[in-house]
Amino acid sequence: MLCQNCGQRPATVHIVKQVNNHKEEYHLCETCAREQGQFSMELPNFSLQQLLASMLEEGPWGPMPGSLQAPAETRCPSCGLTFRQFKERGFFGCGQCYTTFEGELLPLLRRMQGSDRHVGKAPRRTGGRLRVRRDLEQLRQQLQRAIAAEEYEKAAELRDRIRVLEQRLEAGGEGGAVE
Amino acid sequence: MPWNKVVDRAMSHWMEATGPHSDVVLSTRIRLARNLEGFPFPHMLSEGQAAEVIRKVEAGVREIDKIQVPGVVSPVELYRLAEIPPLARQVLVEKHLISPPLAQDARGRAVAISANEAVSIMVNEEDHIRIQVLSSGLDLENTWTLASRVDDALEEKLTYAFHNVRGYLTACPTNLGTGLRASVMVHLPALVITGQAGRLFNTLGQFGLAVRGYFGEGTDAQGNIYQISNQVTLGRSEEDIISNLNGVAQQVIEHERKARDHLKRQMRAQIEDRVGRAYGILTGAHILSSEEAMRLLSDVRLGVDLGLIPRVPVKVLNELLVAIRPAFLQKTAGKDLGPFERDVRRASLVRQRLAA
Repeated sequence: MLCQNCGQRPATVHIVKQVNNHKEEYHLCETCAREQGQFSMELPNFSLQQLLASMLEEGPWGPMPGSLQAPAETRCPSCGLTFRQFKERGFFGCGQCYTTFEGELLPLLRRMQGSDRHVGKAPRRTGGRLRVRRDLEQLRQQLQRAIAAEEYEKAAELRDRIRVLEQRLEAGGEGGAVE
Repeated sequence: MPWNKVVDRAMSHWMEATGPHSDVVLSTRIRLARNLEGFPFPHMLSEGQAAEVIRKVEAGVREIDKIQVPGVVSPVELYRLAEIPPLARQVLVEKHLISPPLAQDARGRAVAISANEAVSIMVNEEDHIRIQVLSSGLDLENTWTLASRVDDALEEKLTYAFHNVRGYLTACPTNLGTGLRASVMVHLPALVITGQAGRLFNTLGQFGLAVRGYFGEGTDAQGNIYQISNQVTLGRSEEDIISNLNGVAQQVIEHERKARDHLKRQMRAQIEDRVGRAYGILTGAHILSSEEAMRLLSDVRLGVDLGLIPRVPVKVLNELLVAIRPAFLQKTAGKDLGPFERDVRRASLVRQRLAA
C-alpha cells in the first residue's frame, strides 16, 4: 500500500481514529505522517541519567526528603565528584562516593532497588563480618539437613565449625573486621 | 592463543546446544560487576591508572589458571583491546564476548577470554571488572557457581571495593550490592505467532525481570529471540535472584512448548508451509539481509524443534546467529564489504551451512 498523501512511498504508519462511532483511517509513510503531525516517530530520549535525575528531583510521590536541601557542592574527598555531576552522568566517581552522598542516595536506592542493604556474597578478604555471617547461615542449614538425615558424625563436625565462626564473630566486636 | 583464533571461528562453547531445555533456551549468562579498591571508577581513570588496573586484573587472571578453577577451560588469556583492530573487536561483540561500549573505545581497556570462550572478563568497561559466563541452554545454577569461582580466584590477587552494608560497589547504583545480572536468551516463536508474547512480557515486569531483544538494551527482538534478566541487584541474595529467574524461565519454557504443541496440532499445514518456505528461501536465496535471515532462521529453528525439518543440527543454527553478522562476514572475507556484498555473502554462507 502506498502513502495516501504523497502516493510515492510505502505506507508504514496506519492510524485509526474513532470518534463517536465515526471511524477514519489514514495510511501514511513516515515522512508524511511526521509532517502532518499525525505521528511522532521520535521516542522521548529516556536515558538512565534523566531517569536518575527525575527520581531524585520529583518522583510520582512528590519531592524526596533530603534531596532538595542537599548541599549541591559537597565534593567526594576521594575523587572530587559533586552530587550534581552524579545526577548528570548517572555514575559515581569512586567507591567513596557511596559514603559521601549516602544521605541523598538512600531514598534513591530504596526506590530503584527496593532495598538499601546487601544480603549476598561478600569477598573473603574485605567482606569481613558479612562473609562470616553468610558462612554461618550456610553451615546452620547444612547442620539441619545432617540432623534430619541422621548423619550425626557430620552434624558434630558442622557444629564445631559453627562454634569456631561464632567465636570469631564475637571476638571481632561490632565494627571490626574478622579476618 | 592469539586473539585471531578467537575471532576466526564463529563457534563458541554455548552454541553447542547441549544444555537443558535448549529447544527454547539458547543460552544462560551470568555477569558480575566488580571494582578495585583505591581506584576511581573507569570513567574517571587516568591513562596510567587504567593501565595499572589492567595489570592488576592480569595478575588475577593468571591466578585462575594457577588454581585451575574447576569448570574453567584454561588458559584464560588477556588481550589489550587497543592491540585488536576495530573489525575484530566488533566480531567479539557479535560473539557476545564483549559489550559494544568496550569495542567502541579501546583505550585503556582489555578482555580476558577462556579457551572455550565460556568465561570472559572485561576490564575497564563501566566497572573495572565484569566477569561474564555463558553456557548452553538453561543452566543458571552451574553458570552462577562458575562465575562465583572465577570471582573468588580473582579476589586472591585483587582487593575489591566492598561496603559491609551496600555490598559490591559499582559505578552505577543500578548494579550495587551483588553486581549480578543473570539472563537467559530464549527463542519464543510460538508465543509470538499466537499473540501471547506481549502479555507474558508485561507479567515478567511484575516479577522484577526485564525483557530485551537479542542484542541487549534498546534493541528489537530479531528472530523472536529475547533476553530475560533480573533488574534488582540489592537486597536479595545471588541465590534468590537466580532461583527467581530460573522459576520464571521454566514457566516461559512451558508456555512456549504449549504454544508450539498448539500450532502443531491446530495449524499443522500453516506451520509446515511457513517452515518449509523459510527453509526453501534460505537454501535457495542468493541475496539475504540480516533481518530476513534472522526471521527465516527462527522459522527453520521452530521447524527443527517441532520435528518438521530433521536435517539441520541446532548448533548450526546457533553458529549462524554469529556467522551472518556484518563484522564476522567481513572478517571471513578479509576485507570491508558494502551492505549488498554482505547480503550476497550471507546468502552463500547460509546455503552452504544448511546443505552441509
